[in-house]
Amino acid sequence: MTGPSLLATGPVIPNFGEPPGGKNGCIAQNGTFCWDWVSLHWSDILQPRLVEHIQLTAIAVGIGFVIAFAAALVAHRQRWFEPSFSVLAAFLYTIPSLALFQLLVPFTGLGVLTIEIGLIGYTLLILFRNTLEGLRGVPEDVLEAARGMGLTRCQTLTRIELPLALPAITAGLRIAVVTTISLATVGAYITPLGLGQPIFYGLQTNFTTEFVATGALAVLLAIAADLIIVLAQRLLTPWAHSRRLAT
Amino acid sequence: MSGEAAEIVFDHATKRYAGRADFAVDHLSLTIPAGEICVLVGPSGGGKTTAMKMVNRLIDITEGDITIAGRSVRSLDVIELRRGIGYVIQQIGLFPHMTVAGNVATVPRLLGWDRARIDARVRELLELVCLDPDTDHSRYPAQLSGGQRQRVGLARAMAADPPVMLMDEPFGAIDPITRERLQDEFLRLHKEVRKTVIFVTHDIDEAIKIGDRIAILREGGRLAQYDTPEQILASPADDFVARFVGADRGLKRLALRTLADVQLGAVNGTSPTDPRCTSSMTLRDALSLMLTEGAKQVVAVDDAGRPVGTLSIEHVSDLLGPNA
Amino acid sequence: MTLAYDSFRPYTFVDAFKFMADNAGLMWSKTTEHLIVSGEAISIALLIAIPLGVWLGHIHRGSFVAITGSNILRALPSLAVIAIGLGYLGIGRTNVVFALVVLGSPVILTNAYVAVDGIDPDLIEAARGMGMRPLEILLKVELPLALPLIFAGIRTAAVFIVATATLGGVVGGGGLGDIIVNQASYFLRGVIAGSIAVAALSFAADFVFWSLQRAVTPRGLRLQARSFEPMSPADDAIAV
Ligand SMILES: Nc1ncnc2c1ncn2[C@@H]1O[C@H](COP(=O)(O)OP(=O)(O)O)[C@@H](O)[C@H]1O
Ligand SMILES: [Mg+2]
Repeated sequence: MTGPSLLATGPVIPNFGEPPGGKNGCIAQNGTFCWDWVSLHWSDILQPRLVEHIQLTAIAVGIGFVIAFAAALVAHRQRWFEPSFSVLAAFLYTIPSLALFQLLVPFTGLGVLTIEIGLIGYTLLILFRNTLEGLRGVPEDVLEAARGMGLTRCQTLTRIELPLALPAITAGLRIAVVTTISLATVGAYITPLGLGQPIFYGLQTNFTTEFVATGALAVLLAIAADLIIVLAQRLLTPWAHSRRLAT
Repeated sequence: MSGEAAEIVFDHATKRYAGRADFAVDHLSLTIPAGEICVLVGPSGGGKTTAMKMVNRLIDITEGDITIAGRSVRSLDVIELRRGIGYVIQQIGLFPHMTVAGNVATVPRLLGWDRARIDARVRELLELVCLDPDTDHSRYPAQLSGGQRQRVGLARAMAADPPVMLMDEPFGAIDPITRERLQDEFLRLHKEVRKTVIFVTHDIDEAIKIGDRIAILREGGRLAQYDTPEQILASPADDFVARFVGADRGLKRLALRTLADVQLGAVNGTSPTDPRCTSSMTLRDALSLMLTEGAKQVVAVDDAGRPVGTLSIEHVSDLLGPNA
Repeated sequence: MTLAYDSFRPYTFVDAFKFMADNAGLMWSKTTEHLIVSGEAISIALLIAIPLGVWLGHIHRGSFVAITGSNILRALPSLAVIAIGLGYLGIGRTNVVFALVVLGSPVILTNAYVAVDGIDPDLIEAARGMGMRPLEILLKVELPLALPLIFAGIRTAAVFIVATATLGGVVGGGGLGDIIVNQASYFLRGVIAGSIAVAALSFAADFVFWSLQRAVTPRGLRLQARSFEPMSPADDAIAV
């Protein structure tokens, strides 16, 4: 077993001869943050894991969005659908991701499938909730005006309801993306993919720079993703003021 | 400063907001005698609210001064000044987390009155504004109608018996029928409590009805005319005032007086077909009656139905004429 | 990683409860640790975020700090923050508490700010016109009206912190995470038992703060539509 027990056993630095920076350099001394290590392993550790991380996130949010969107459309018309979904949501949110991934392993194995299923599960709830909220938030008088002008149900959906729900949907996407980036690091506990992998490896080997630098990279990725989505939101829904309650 | 009404004097009071070239209020000078209602009226953006808020220093005076009972508002402690001035705004601003009684008791509590005195005062005020002290007392603003909320707002402003009241479009957001009733109640109340009131409105009819004096402000915060409603309607100072009070200013003037206020014509020579009315009818309504009945005059009758005098169309037009 | 994976059998859930009974001492001590870490983090987050948020809201300044800055902090991956904290603060509880404070206070800060900043300006104007001093306005008008939203933020943060404290197991921070990351010793039934305990704690935290939120909501506000929403855990929940 991995985890905390190994941390107590002291630094396990792979012995590839003299580390970059010399015997008394940052890497040899297990410094908190060594640029040498970052530049040395950018192309063989950090960059590939970063790309994997983005892929994991994109797939989870993409598939999650398709499912959640369809489910929200159904729930918008069929009232009974929502409570069942909400119960599932409430249940899933109380399980720590660290445990959820482990619980999936007996069913879906140690591969990427386990991570993606877990991640999709979490995005579904956020995206479903926000899309439905957006659709329901369309004022009754607007809908009545649309009906009065002779729009069909389908036209009302595509021309009135969806555009007006867009701010809520993009807000949901934003939460889904940053949440997924966060949970994907935890997913590496099961399958060595994404930025979580060097973090867990660094924790096991007690090589500080590896988990600190990768952690920093994950932080930067999350902030960058958040900013990009905010910019996209501004461009997509210029009429919606960005000030929104943070809960 | 509580109890007795106080004279308010605007002495070249001026306000210029930072970063703006024009005046919001431009050297405003006027004297409001103690116990009178002065209505500030004018188009939106004319500086009415600004002029009013300079009195309780929610807005600082740029230049000039305002005195209450001879004391400059600038020389008084701002908190004390405000606690001595009743303040009513259009949005009312009732505290939603406090009951009606809690809202009304706000200033007395700040002033540290004892419980018994506060309770007694709250009851007295609720009765004064036609609310039920027993049932409405412990209700929350969310449980009241618009008219009731405005009454609570009025009671709250009068709680500590301030000599001066400021009211910014207090009935502006209320339906016309309730508004009329509140105006009547307010006038009755004012007769009882005799405070010096500055009342802001953009509605000239409300101004004419409520005001002992009317100050008409025009764009740039300049005072166009300050006079009694009668004088403003009779002789508007300029075209702006004339347009603002409306082409029907003659009719509005007639509405200010009743048959009892004027010298009526002799009773002899009336025809049975002439319409009858009581002396408490306004001249405007009497004129309307003549026109709709196709008569040349109306006959005023007393309670027993006996004629007491007549009013003819010529008589009405003489009353509005330049020599009236 | 080389994990010895347990297989899942239909009665593993039943085993989880047996595990709790058989290891009552372990469950108790880990739950206590979990509560201490979470409790410390919530307390510190409250001490920092409430005064700051209320103050910024009162003076209507600093929306960049209270909203934009807060949103950036909320976007941070929890594990990454814990990893970085470990590098600089070393192994143990301090690091985990620090990370939880960083991750948990933004919700409290934003809610406190928005709650106070968003109070109807007419009310403040009325209060000023009546001669209330700034401190009186804060204590008699702003705070009572802001409390429901402030407590909503505390509630979200508390649930988030209790659940996230699980990650402490990865860096030796103690708590129920120690059981959840140690499938090799405790098997899947232990992992499930730990998860059930975390879920129960999250639910308890939610319930406690929901009750407090209800208790601090002035009656006059409850009468207004939509100012107080019923308890629905999924609404504010953040996956951890
Ligand atoms: N806080 C402020 N800052 C800058 N300009 C203001 C402010 N308040 C009012 N003004 C300006 O001062 C003028 C008078 O405003 P106000 O007193 O509100 O008019 P009224 O109450 O007659 O509608 C307007 O041109 C308005 O735009
Ligand atoms: Mg105004």
